[in-house]
Amino acid sequence: MGAKTLMIDGRQISAAEGVSVLAAAGEAGIKIPTLCHLDGVYDPGACRLCLVEIGGFTKLVPACTTHVAEGMEVLTNTGRLRQYRLMILELLFAERNHVCATCVSNGHCELQTLACESGMDHVRYEYRFPHWDIDITHERFGMDHNRCVLCTRCVRVCWHVEGAGTKNVAGRGRHSRIITDLNLPWGESDSCTSCGKCVQACPTGALFEKGATAGEMEHDRARLGFIVNAREKQQWIPPE
Amino acid sequence: MFNRIVIDPVTRIEGHAKISLYLDEAGQVADAEFHVVEFRGFEKFCEGRPYSEMPGITQRICGICPVSHLLASARAGDALMAVQIPPAAEKLRRVINLGQIVQSHALSFFHLSAPDLLLGWDSPPAQRNVFGLMKSNIDLTRAGIRLRQFGQEVIQTVGGQKIHPAWAVPGGVRSALCAEGRRKLLAWLPEAFATTSSVLDLFKKILESHQEEVQTFGNFPSLFMGMVTADGSWEHHGGKLRFTDSLGATVADQLDPQCYLEFLGESVQTSSYLKSPYYLPLGLTAGMYRVGPLARLNVCNRMGVPRADAELIRFKQMGRGAVTSSFLYHYARLIEILACLEWLERSLEDPGLVDGDLRADAGINSLRGVGAGEAPRGTLFHDYTVDRNGLLQKVNLLVATGQNNLAMNQTVAQIARHYVHGREVPEPMLNRIEHGIRCYDPCLSCSTHAVGQMPLHLRLIGPGGELLRELTRG
Repeated sequence: MGAKTLMIDGRQISAAEGVSVLAAAGEAGIKIPTLCHLDGVYDPGACRLCLVEIGGFTKLVPACTTHVAEGMEVLTNTGRLRQYRLMILELLFAERNHVCATCVSNGHCELQTLACESGMDHVRYEYRFPHWDIDITHERFGMDHNRCVLCTRCVRVCWHVEGAGTKNVAGRGRHSRIITDLNLPWGESDSCTSCGKCVQACPTGALFEKGATAGEMEHDRARLGFIVNAREKQQWIPPE
Repeated sequence: MFNRIVIDPVTRIEGHAKISLYLDEAGQVADAEFHVVEFRGFEKFCEGRPYSEMPGITQRICGICPVSHLLASARAGDALMAVQIPPAAEKLRRVINLGQIVQSHALSFFHLSAPDLLLGWDSPPAQRNVFGLMKSNIDLTRAGIRLRQFGQEVIQTVGGQKIHPAWAVPGGVRSALCAEGRRKLLAWLPEAFATTSSVLDLFKKILESHQEEVQTFGNFPSLFMGMVTADGSWEHHGGKLRFTDSLGATVADQLDPQCYLEFLGESVQTSSYLKSPYYLPLGLTAGMYRVGPLARLNVCNRMGVPRADAELIRFKQMGRGAVTSSFLYHYARLIEILACLEWLERSLEDPGLVDGDLRADAGINSLRGVGAGEAPRGTLFHDYTVDRNGLLQKVNLLVATGQNNLAMNQTVAQIARHYVHGREVPEPMLNRIEHGIRCYDPCLSCSTHAVGQMPLHLRLIGPGGELLRELTRG
């Protein structure tokens, strides 16, 4: 595969053909915010936080699903982008019940970190305060739908890394939710191998180890990339 | 021709409240009611959460005594798991509770009550606060603030942060106490002892000129409830409950807090969000009991540490059997600070404090669990019912201030009868009524799980139920 040369935020960057703008920027040390991307599994372009501006395009495109191209000019941090990202984050907070102070992932949450980095000091939208249940029927893990941002990382690692296919998305729009098998309580799932990859993949406190108390749930997301790398490239390189 | 009296806000207490004074035909106070006017609904919105999250959630009830809720909640979790927590974890929980009692009592005395006691009831209201106290006695105020800081430092050193440490968990605690932290606290202790000792001397002098207050600020017979050890010594964590009457006789002893519903009833008043617990076997009227420092010192035989024991003897001499004046909550509070410092000194030197495991592991082994402990203001109960997965089905929180509700009502009435005659009520008299509440150091945000500062609002109501006068101060 050949290399492509492109400009990201005014810097000339060389990247392998076929890699995403998100990966190329990351390689060059340019951080683009994202919630749904996870090393080791495909990108669905779901969260829209990694939207970037590309010269010649009027529309914004997600950096995770856009491949690099020769001569491409990418802007990752314009006022327009910052405004949309802030709006997306506020909508995520308004959509479900995120209570950082008592959350198991307080201090280790990607959503919380992004909100802090984007300067989100309040939410301009009306909170919906929906009623969502918690599923702690599994022996080791729990799922709190109140904290789910529907990034589908758990679904993708379950299908494409573990291969169990336990996790799925059911419902549409604001009724969308992560389910186990055909909407069974997690503890009754036949397909779940209890590997815990979904828990490690979760960006928030939606999936957690049972018994975790406030701020105690630290996800080891790098381990998933390690597993995929080991399987596909036969390289057992410990995560940094 | 009458007016309506409102005191709004009542300052230097925690939460929102108002007082209604009812006058008879002769214009004398017939009755008084203490209303807490805020509602938060913690018990309801905790339903559906996992029990493991409850210490983190319920400690947010209060910013002054989060540790009390944290520990009661963790203990309720221990009961749900049906585990005995590791000895080092138990010792560490006791240490953090001692720090909590010190900081809360120091806050109550120096920041909230000392302005009345040292500057006087009649001093200008604008100066009757901790800043006024600084102007009049900078060394004492600084020492008091430092004493509270010491208590907060204990909490931070053990629990990781001063306010809302998510440190105690069902089954034990999350982290150990480091050697450096232990050294730092031990090095601070002499200063804390010196402050406590000088403020105890000062309070005894205050008492000489406040005998009228001792007689009229909540001086009436009632039951007293507090935790004691198996041999009847003062206890603040993990003990059994004892009731004594105003003659000092033991009414019930070694009651298991897990079975609190067998001996405590809860009545509800339409005029307040604060529930009124009472001693069930004696009914609502005769079953009125007080909790907190005064009650704990009344029910115990000894403090278990020498300097506080010497003070306890002096304290007990102030009553015939039990000490019945709520004004002496202040004295009891200071003695408890001394006891906590002595117990801290002992505990911090205990090698078992840093020994072994800190957290027991288990699933749900009981569908109901009660956690109780002595919060600074009195006994605190957390009662959880869960499903077999550990999701909360029902929550009942029985908080110290609520248990003093009946006594606070009676205290307000007693002070009002003594100082209020007719519709004209000078401000210093209103301040005395407020102070009657301050003696109990109530935490209304805890007791109703309500939010905010504490405006108090005095209403004077005539014999026909008409509002005569309303006083607001703020």
